[in-house]
Amino acid sequence: MLAYLTSLFEPGHALGLLAWSPPGWGQVFLTGLLRTMEISVGAYTMGLVIGVIGAFGKLYGGEVIRDLFSIYTTVVRAVPELVEILILFYAVPNVINQVLVSMGHDRITLPQLLVGITVLGVVVGAYMTEVLRGAILAVPHGQIEAARAYGMPPAMVARRVTMPQMLMNALPGMSNLWLNTNKDTALLAVIGFNELTLTTAQAAGSTKAYFFFFFAAGVLYMIISILSGRVFAFFERRSRKGQPQIRGGVI
Amino acid sequence: MMDALRPLMKPHRLILMALAVALVWWCAVSLNWAWLPDYWNNGLILQGLWTTIWMLVASWALGLFFAIWLGLAQAAGPWFVALPAKGFCSVIRGTPLLLQMWFLYYGLGSLFPYIPWIRHSWAWVYLREAWPYGLLALTFSFAGYEGEVMRGALKGVPHGQLEAARAFGMSRFTTFHRIWLPQAVRRVLPTLGGETVLQLKSTPLVATITVIDLFDVSRRVYQDTFITYEPLLLLAVVYMAITGLIVLFFRWLERQVPTKTA
Repeated sequence: MLAYLTSLFEPGHALGLLAWSPPGWGQVFLTGLLRTMEISVGAYTMGLVIGVIGAFGKLYGGEVIRDLFSIYTTVVRAVPELVEILILFYAVPNVINQVLVSMGHDRITLPQLLVGITVLGVVVGAYMTEVLRGAILAVPHGQIEAARAYGMPPAMVARRVTMPQMLMNALPGMSNLWLNTNKDTALLAVIGFNELTLTTAQAAGSTKAYFFFFFAAGVLYMIISILSGRVFAFFERRSRKGQPQIRGGVI
Repeated sequence: MMDALRPLMKPHRLILMALAVALVWWCAVSLNWAWLPDYWNNGLILQGLWTTIWMLVASWALGLFFAIWLGLAQAAGPWFVALPAKGFCSVIRGTPLLLQMWFLYYGLGSLFPYIPWIRHSWAWVYLREAWPYGLLALTFSFAGYEGEVMRGALKGVPHGQLEAARAFGMSRFTTFHRIWLPQAVRRVLPTLGGETVLQLKSTPLVATITVIDLFDVSRRVYQDTFITYEPLLLLAVVYMAITGLIVLFFRWLERQVPTKTA
């Protein structure tokens, strides 16, 4: 059985184009998938950090901070991701280099991966801010008041009361956002980033097997979607322990 | 009028607005806008704007039409209709739109020239161009996302409503278009505005398959003049303006619909 499956991947057989070493594209293809996952995870983590700061800032910050975060989330969510990615792709290295030069350092070339993660992370952060803000608002206010009445400092209220309780409200939105982040990495193909979609286009272009490669990439994206849907559904069930059950949607 | 302005009259907001005006002023004065009259006069900007808007409107309308069928198939159809509809929605929602678009344009588009009867049919004039593939991908995408929403909305309509309609002697079709669909659409309406904005933000992807939309025009400016930021900033402002118009339109539309639900 296993021998039959591996023989499918040998050159000349059904999946020969995906053979591990050249002329097969297997290794290149999976490297693209790895790049996609690296950017997704990195951008999502960065978005999570921005989102937590943004949500708490928008709810409990001063008036100025609140307005600034509102401008950030509104603008980022009103402009197409492709345009934002392009603007940030030029602007982020430029700004960093100008800061470095003004401090008397030399210009540096930023690693592509870091730029990709930063660019996408800023976009994800805006959506994450809104998801977490909504989730925090859904935590019964009495809980937070009770925690304050016990004399907990704000950080402890956030860690012990707000965070654990908002998690079950936030997870459906976070799950959606993760799927979106994963799909948005494909947009980095437009700025020449060697992730799964661009790798696929290159492989398809040079072998003329367009259907084969785009279909294979689609299958990989679907596997990621389905698997991560399952993972998020598991965490949602966990965080809902003891709460009345609602029907969760799995893709 | 004064009441609407009152929230803006706080000191820090006045300062922020002054900063914004200063920023716009700085952008207008010290950035390079010399390319703008050329591209306005040769009509490229208006052509791009027109393409973006009709792509949005056409894919929205077609997509919503398909979405109703997809939702209906999943909510009320037998398994051999429901399963493919669910599969379609899952695939559309589970893979990037860019990949779908390239699959249609490069995949299907490379296949058609080898099929003689397609080459000699009337459709070949259109199939040679890029925009049908872009429109198809955008339509499928909107249908997939909205089909899932429609399924929930159709299922959310109380069953008693449908039973009452049948008891009145309405045919299945009359029940659908008089009772079921209107109530489902009312449920969809609050999310429809957001989905439309998402659809607008998907339209620039058609530029990657050589359709000349607004985004493509800004890239052409960059390729011709090597001016990086100005076209992109203007592009962002235009998209923000269109987003604002869509939001306002749907807010108006929601007010037209009576909100009292049974």
